[in-house]
Amino acid sequence: MKDKHNIVRVSNVTKSFNLGKIDVQALKGVDLAIQSGHYISIMGPSGSGKSTLFNMIGGLDKPSSGKVFIDEVDIAQLDAYELAWLRCRKIGYIFQTFNLIQVMSALENVTLPMTFAGMNGDDATEKGFRLLELVGLADRYHHKPSELSGGQQQRVAVARALANDPAIILADEPTGNLDLSTGEEIIALLKNLSRERSVTVISATHDFKMLNVSDQVVWIRDGRVDKIENRDELSISLGKIGAKE
Amino acid sequence: MADIPDELASVSVTDPVKRLVVLPFKKAIEIAYKSIRVRFLRSLITTLSLVLAVAFLSFTNVGTDVADGLLSTGDVDSRQILINAGYDIGPEDTSVAASAKQRWIVILSLVVCVVGIVNAQLMAVTERFREIGTMKCLGALDRFILRLFFLEAGMQGLAGGAAGAVIGALFSFLNATISFGSIVLVTLSWRAVLLSILSATIVGFLLSLLGVVYPAIVAARMQPVEAMRAEH
Repeated sequence: MKDKHNIVRVSNVTKSFNLGKIDVQALKGVDLAIQSGHYISIMGPSGSGKSTLFNMIGGLDKPSSGKVFIDEVDIAQLDAYELAWLRCRKIGYIFQTFNLIQVMSALENVTLPMTFAGMNGDDATEKGFRLLELVGLADRYHHKPSELSGGQQQRVAVARALANDPAIILADEPTGNLDLSTGEEIIALLKNLSRERSVTVISATHDFKMLNVSDQVVWIRDGRVDKIENRDELSISLGKIGAKE
Repeated sequence: MADIPDELASVSVTDPVKRLVVLPFKKAIEIAYKSIRVRFLRSLITTLSLVLAVAFLSFTNVGTDVADGLLSTGDVDSRQILINAGYDIGPEDTSVAASAKQRWIVILSLVVCVVGIVNAQLMAVTERFREIGTMKCLGALDRFILRLFFLEAGMQGLAGGAAGAVIGALFSFLNATISFGSIVLVTLSWRAVLLSILSATIVGFLLSLLGVVYPAIVAARMQPVEAMRAEH
């Protein structure tokens, strides 16, 4: 535990949403520590608070109580500029619905975060090409997202997430809108990145294909951490899950 | 790990290294321009009400210029022709003033146009919730979003304003030639016409910016999470 630092630490986080007259508690006190360089899957049925937790970790939403630390920095203390900086440089986001900017080409999508980070145009273009090459789409750099298949769009999104060499990649159901084999490709790509670039990959998912590559699986149930399993314990329980479903 | 005090931890964020996200102006213009080009039809519809309103403004102003030109000949006939055409000219007047009614109609049409722009831009913002949210996730500040929307509106305003002003002026010429004969093109002060077209264009530009203020603020204030949720 001591040699690798906690890149993300969630401490007693609760979140409630106000839906009209009733308050819904999506998270009821979550504690979690994620070590750098790991591949983490957050698993749980829909409505378990998985996405809410995910948004907290990404600094997209603020907890009702409790604290979220990224690199031991409490993100509640950050002002708008620092938060934007964090999203730009520290975290790469991958979404279920890809969320590429439709009016921009693949290359422009990848270079946009670099522009925000203040990189000059030529360097950004060169790095953009390299990243697209990395995800195997170098020849389609000028295509608009609408001209790419779902899997290709998600690859562009992966390249975009890597634009500023983030420490963390947050993937929200990255395979949710993809078919089986394309989903596997994306998972393999993420796993490679986590291994080769020692990026921490945190993905919220209910795709069991993810389990095989995860270093750690966090099970969320009913707004709480149900259990945390390491890779070596997984193979035993995997049979059980299969049987249950 | 856990025993690092919070104050200490947050100090490291505000350390000397400048942690800024930027959007260079040139790049912003490029993005805004592309955004208009890709959504050309959408932009066209947004701009159309502006074109019409500015065309009307320019039509009336150039009409006044034409009448002024005709009046400046000092000819008694042309004065009578103008009075017959419905212009309100006293015997001593040397220029034709737009009537209060006319001015009122023009102002009204401009107000309607702004309301139309606000409406169309609000729709555009709603359509682009996801795009805005994505940009914010990538590190865009509220200011960037504002800047993009204002730049787009400015370009639309300039293009729409210029088009409207020229169209209005052309129609005004056509109208004048039909009712007064081709003499008007000789007596006309081209400088006045150019000034009318220019001022109508500027009015169009300003109206377009005015119309986008509220929608742009709505867009910029949006939290990234809401944006991501919008289309789910």
